[in-house]
Amino acid sequence: MSSIKIQISQNTRSKIEEICKSYNYEQGELINVLHKTQEYLGYLPAEAQEVIAKEMNIPTAKVYGVVSFYSFFTMVPKGRFPISICMGTACYVRGAEKILDEFKKQLGLSVGETAPDGLFSLASLRCVGACGLAPVVLVGEKVYGRLATDDVKGIIDEYKNSADVI
Amino acid sequence: MSNFKYHILVCGGTGCRASHSDQIIANFNQLLADKGLSKDVQVVTTGCFGFCEKGPIVKMLPDNTFYTSVKPEDCREIIEEHIVKGRKVNRLLYLNPETKEHIEDSKHMGFYQKQLRVALRNCGFIDPENIDEYFARDGYAALAQVLEQNDPKATIEIIKKAGLRGRGGAGFPTGLKWELAAKSEGDEKYVVCNADEGDPGAFMDRSILEGDPHTVLEAMAINGFCIGASKGLIYIRAEYPLAIRRLQIAIKQATEYGLLGKNIMGTDFSFTIELKYGAGAFVCGEETALIHSMEGNRGEPTFKPPFPAQQGYLKKPTNVNNVETYANIPVILLKGWEWFSSIGTEKSKGTKVFALAGKINNVGLIEVPMGITLREVIYEIGGGIKDGKKFKAVQTGGPSGGCLTEKFLDTPIDYDSLLAAGSMMGSGGMIVMDEDDCMVSVARFYLDFTVEESCGKCAPCRIGNKRLCEILDKITHGHGTMEDLENLSNLAGVIKDASLCGLGQTSPNPVLSTIDNFWDEYVAHVVDKKCPAGQCKALKRYMIDPDACIGCTACARACPVGAITGEKKMVHEINQETCIKCGACYEKCKFNAIFIK
Repeated sequence: MSSIKIQISQNTRSKIEEICKSYNYEQGELINVLHKTQEYLGYLPAEAQEVIAKEMNIPTAKVYGVVSFYSFFTMVPKGRFPISICMGTACYVRGAEKILDEFKKQLGLSVGETAPDGLFSLASLRCVGACGLAPVVLVGEKVYGRLATDDVKGIIDEYKNSADVI
Repeated sequence: MSNFKYHILVCGGTGCRASHSDQIIANFNQLLADKGLSKDVQVVTTGCFGFCEKGPIVKMLPDNTFYTSVKPEDCREIIEEHIVKGRKVNRLLYLNPETKEHIEDSKHMGFYQKQLRVALRNCGFIDPENIDEYFARDGYAALAQVLEQNDPKATIEIIKKAGLRGRGGAGFPTGLKWELAAKSEGDEKYVVCNADEGDPGAFMDRSILEGDPHTVLEAMAINGFCIGASKGLIYIRAEYPLAIRRLQIAIKQATEYGLLGKNIMGTDFSFTIELKYGAGAFVCGEETALIHSMEGNRGEPTFKPPFPAQQGYLKKPTNVNNVETYANIPVILLKGWEWFSSIGTEKSKGTKVFALAGKINNVGLIEVPMGITLREVIYEIGGGIKDGKKFKAVQTGGPSGGCLTEKFLDTPIDYDSLLAAGSMMGSGGMIVMDEDDCMVSVARFYLDFTVEESCGKCAPCRIGNKRLCEILDKITHGHGTMEDLENLSNLAGVIKDASLCGLGQTSPNPVLSTIDNFWDEYVAHVVDKKCPAGQCKALKRYMIDPDACIGCTACARACPVGAITGEKKMVHEINQETCIKCGACYEKCKFNAIFIK
């Protein structure tokens, strides 16, 4: 299912079980359970999906089917600073693709990838609703608007430096 | 609000928050406290004003002064000048681009003059986190009226007569939908608000939920009363954290006031509202897919009939309406169907909210009466094309819509005219493009989106759109043939005819409409191997102007593939075979000797 194999701790297992219980093991609440689990773990590794399947009495294949259907769910852990480039139409016509290319070049990552050191991950998303600021990039929840390709390096450095300090 | 002498309204919409409007609010409050003015001046966080281009917006009441592009450090000047000395801060007023005069009151701005705010009536006026402010704007009066009359049929009749059609895109008559759900037999029924706004470049539903959440709750309760449902569900994107938070607050407040919950306003009617979260799937905007998603499944559409009105959520009769549709309901019931149906065109009544974006001067959220022309929207409200460039096309209807050219600028905007012109109303995204946009690339952009969002159930949509995208990719890379163009049209027709849901049936529209309206541009890519807009990288040719080149060798040194040759102080040349069109030489040349053909 996923290339990343992890052993989840008893602690994590109990937490997931708790989440399933809080939704009364109702199968219709699967998406909410997945939201809560991803909120807790940061992503949805195969092992976590297996726990959910068992707890809620749903076939693992169905849980995986739902996880892989929705773009909000990810099976790859995101970076400490997740970078998302808005690829809504408004941003696209104001040059979002060039910004994305520059991030790819500078970070050496493709869309959907996380850097080996876990610092950055790169994603594209559809319309954050800040079209007046197009093109828009989000780092975590911070929004950067009206960007040009020249600004990309500065943004990356800003986070690299803050990581050094910590 | 009566004890305060001044009110400072600060936009708390997503766009303005991204430009630090929360810092502005904090600064105002701090400054007012320091100066002992907190009792005289109230700072209110409102929903979206719509004029996102010049955000963050700050509006002063009672004098209606409209400050634009306000920065957190401007707060002191606004307090000291405007509040204390009564002098306006001229540099923050909107500058009329034509007359170069400052405009103090937003109602004199071109952006607002042609607008008519019905669904957005409260956005930017009230604090969305305070139910009392909604009461002050006739909040929940429509629900009270409906409960008092106690005649669901009559209420549905008003909605039918008003001529309100679904604002989510397809334009199905809302009253008729309610009637069908009301007639369906079922021990339990559901009311669902579709807030899964997925069209890239549209943010009207989010703005309504962020700016006026109670209006949606009120309309859902009315809907529940009319069809005999006691449970409402709002299906909202998890990517809208602010809208979710404001809805949660609104639901809590309404419940505390007895406007939701058991025995509303002392009647037998009980109604609760719960949030259900989407997880990022465009197809979930389709009502059957949305219902499957709410049930915890993959959001794949299923065949209709049975319609949701007969068999929807948990197999019970369900009425699904979009956010903007709901936002119209309370005001129709209070002002009457005659008033509502007097706005708009014969078959499209009322107003429509559009997210105006792209290469336009005034990006923002607008609401206009149906029947207004595209020209009025783009030039009078939108303030024309950015940087004085030439208008090329306007895209409406998102990934399901089409691109309209100059010849359609005088088309009245309504459901039927847009459809006849080869596009559609959709949820209300309106993206303006200028001469620098390559229409083949735009079509490919939308197809990229559809390929990613197709749920995969129907082969024509799953495989066909992928092939369309590949052909477009081939064309933008200069490898297209005339046969490819023919294949595009044929394949597009098959996908439209053979797909189950609205996504597949409309997904080839961006391709078809650009082929119709920009045939020459496709031919230029295929036959001349040129991109007239200069957007397609693979078709760019970097050339050296022999008259301007002084032979400084800067370009040759910058070229990563050694494609540039020439002796010192002699004219250089670019080998087109080796050139990878990276543009490094173009950026290095100080003598403007390198140009793109």
